[in-house]
Amino acid sequence: MVDYFMYHAWLIPLLPALAFGCITLLTKQWKWLSATLSVGAMVSGFVMASFVMAGVLQHPELAEHPLVYTLTWLSMPGFTVNAGIQLDPLSAMMLFMVTLVASLIQIYSIGYMQGEKGFSVFFSYMSLFGASMLLLVSSANLLELFVAWEGVGVCSYLLIGFYNHKISAREAAKKAFITTRIGDTGLLLGLLALQLIFGTLSISELAQKIPQYQNIPLLITVAVLFFLGPIGKSGQFPLHVWLPDAMEGPTPVSALIHAATMVVAGVYLVGRVLFMFATVPPVMELVAWVGGFTAIFAASIAITQRDMKRILAYSTVSQIGYMMLGLGVGSLTSGFFHLWTHAFFKALMFLGAGSVLLALHHKGDVWQMGGLIKKMPVTAITFMAGGLAIAGIPPFAGFWSKGDILDATLATGHVALFVIGAFTAFLTAFYIWRLIFLAFFGPENPENHPQESPAVMTVPLVILAALATVGGLVGTPWWDLWGRFIHFGAYEAPVANWPLMIGDFLLGAIGIFAAYMFYCRDREKVQIRELQRRFSGLYNLLYHKYYVDEIYMWFNHTMVDGVARLMYLFDIYVVDGIVNGLGATAIAAGAGLRVFQTGRLQNYALVFFLGVLAVAVLLAFTGPQAAWLVGGVR
Amino acid sequence: MPVPAINLTVGPTNFVLLSAVLFAIGLFGALTRKNAIAVLMCIELMLNAVNLNLVAFSRFVTPQLFTGQIFTIFVITVAAAEVGVGLAIIINIYRHRLSVDLDDFDWLKW
Repeated sequence: MVDYFMYHAWLIPLLPALAFGCITLLTKQWKWLSATLSVGAMVSGFVMASFVMAGVLQHPELAEHPLVYTLTWLSMPGFTVNAGIQLDPLSAMMLFMVTLVASLIQIYSIGYMQGEKGFSVFFSYMSLFGASMLLLVSSANLLELFVAWEGVGVCSYLLIGFYNHKISAREAAKKAFITTRIGDTGLLLGLLALQLIFGTLSISELAQKIPQYQNIPLLITVAVLFFLGPIGKSGQFPLHVWLPDAMEGPTPVSALIHAATMVVAGVYLVGRVLFMFATVPPVMELVAWVGGFTAIFAASIAITQRDMKRILAYSTVSQIGYMMLGLGVGSLTSGFFHLWTHAFFKALMFLGAGSVLLALHHKGDVWQMGGLIKKMPVTAITFMAGGLAIAGIPPFAGFWSKGDILDATLATGHVALFVIGAFTAFLTAFYIWRLIFLAFFGPENPENHPQESPAVMTVPLVILAALATVGGLVGTPWWDLWGRFIHFGAYEAPVANWPLMIGDFLLGAIGIFAAYMFYCRDREKVQIRELQRRFSGLYNLLYHKYYVDEIYMWFNHTMVDGVARLMYLFDIYVVDGIVNGLGATAIAAGAGLRVFQTGRLQNYALVFFLGVLAVAVLLAFTGPQAAWLVGGVR
Repeated sequence: MPVPAINLTVGPTNFVLLSAVLFAIGLFGALTRKNAIAVLMCIELMLNAVNLNLVAFSRFVTPQLFTGQIFTIFVITVAAAEVGVGLAIIINIYRHRLSVDLDDFDWLKW
């Protein structure tokens, strides 16, 4: 049974793809059937992925020698692409996590999307997304992976713009698509370079060839280009701007695509080809610094935002920065461990936010909430479990994974990055608990009439809360199942680093305590307003997200549009001039020659006669040499 | 006073000259006459000049063969057909335009 699913893991992406086709072509009118199909495909995928996971756990040797089976996808002289499935702990873990989270979120969506227009369409997009994402994580070939990569991009675009009657949703969808496309251009160039240099895009073959490659400067260029893709997809600085705007989509979409799965595709890709990055240490430093900088950058923005989903979006950007930091310091284990735990607690918090937004009729300003815990106890308590997990309070999941990253950062001697990471841990606890205290505690807002969401929504919340609580226990220093399977290079058994663990806990606890002091005990929020007033410059800088969007807009309007205007003039005067000039020349030549066409037969006959006469005269005077004029006969 | 001897024998030169004169008259008429019927007649004249040439050369160069003469008969036949078609066209044009003046027939252009 386990072996069967190991060798037929291709069914896992196929089922949601079939569900997408079925819903789009056949069952669109019957919304319940559509939802059942979509959820059914994903849950069956989860069952299969569990078997695959069990299979991988039985075969630890797959970490070094992945199970790869391929078909020839396209072939021409000198270029063959073998597409297929690669199973190793990394892909099995991703298959398991994606199918699990996607199943829960789709079930939740049945409640959340109740009564929305386009219910079936929503589920068809979700299925298409699931198919693309599962193909992405199980690809054996980078080109195949790229196709899936663009597939999830398209689904992200479609789902962000799901409420396409809203202009902001349409704009956000375009922004997401175009911004990630900037990164994808680099990724595509990187793929092209790899194909040219190594003659293959198969991941397992590249893993053999790249570490032996000698031309390091070229490989650095390739790796940097390659890294642009993950920067765009995973919302890293400076291409993070699309992710907060992507919150225009329905909340389950934010949970699934913009928190748990798609945005971590960049992390997955970097982890997938970590053998390439590890060959070029400067690029590893770049990855680590981009990650570390993004982590603190986004976390500092998150502490001033007012919209619930936006806070969570910046939190996502920041947490993905952590993952990149973990990968950048060479620790595949910790980066992916954080990916794993983050998927649970961030999906949980987004779904919790969705539950709140549904109860409050989509008013997302946390300052307008308050006291929701009384009316929505399940949502509030599960949300707090997520909050404890992200703040890094043991034994919740985030504590173990974030601790691993900080541990790896310090162990590799990146002190500056460690300080950044530690400070970000404090900020993280602060901004999440600021949200929690503002939304769920304090005085109730009399304008709100919240009520708890139905069971179809709260049950996934409870399951995710359980996962966010215990999900990190698979990678503790005492039982390191995680590290034994997912590691890069030789496996080192972890040692419990007590000072660091206590430090992590204290950072989180201080963050929570600070948030409590400012936002819960101080019921009138006097102190925080005072702080806000005193540091109004800093506050405005953070509230306006460091003005990155404004800088981009300025750049777009002056630089890009300016160049476009120059190009326009060039087009109008030079290109059009040449083309119109050619036309005018032809017309003038025609007008000149037109004079000779009189329409009078006698004129033609005269010319005819004169022509014959000329030939005759020529023949008479030049002799045989002119014979060719009359076809060689004389 | 001796009368200068005039060679009165008819030789190929005479035929060629006559033919050339006929052809020139025909050509001149075809290029200058305004009346379409007259132009048609002038074309006939040119054809006959050619016929004369053919018959004369047949008689003087290859008297034992009849190629030239047979060819002439063909030309006459074809010319008759051609005149038939030409006249039909001119009559048609006349019906539409009430004119057979070639100066009016200038619509064969842009």
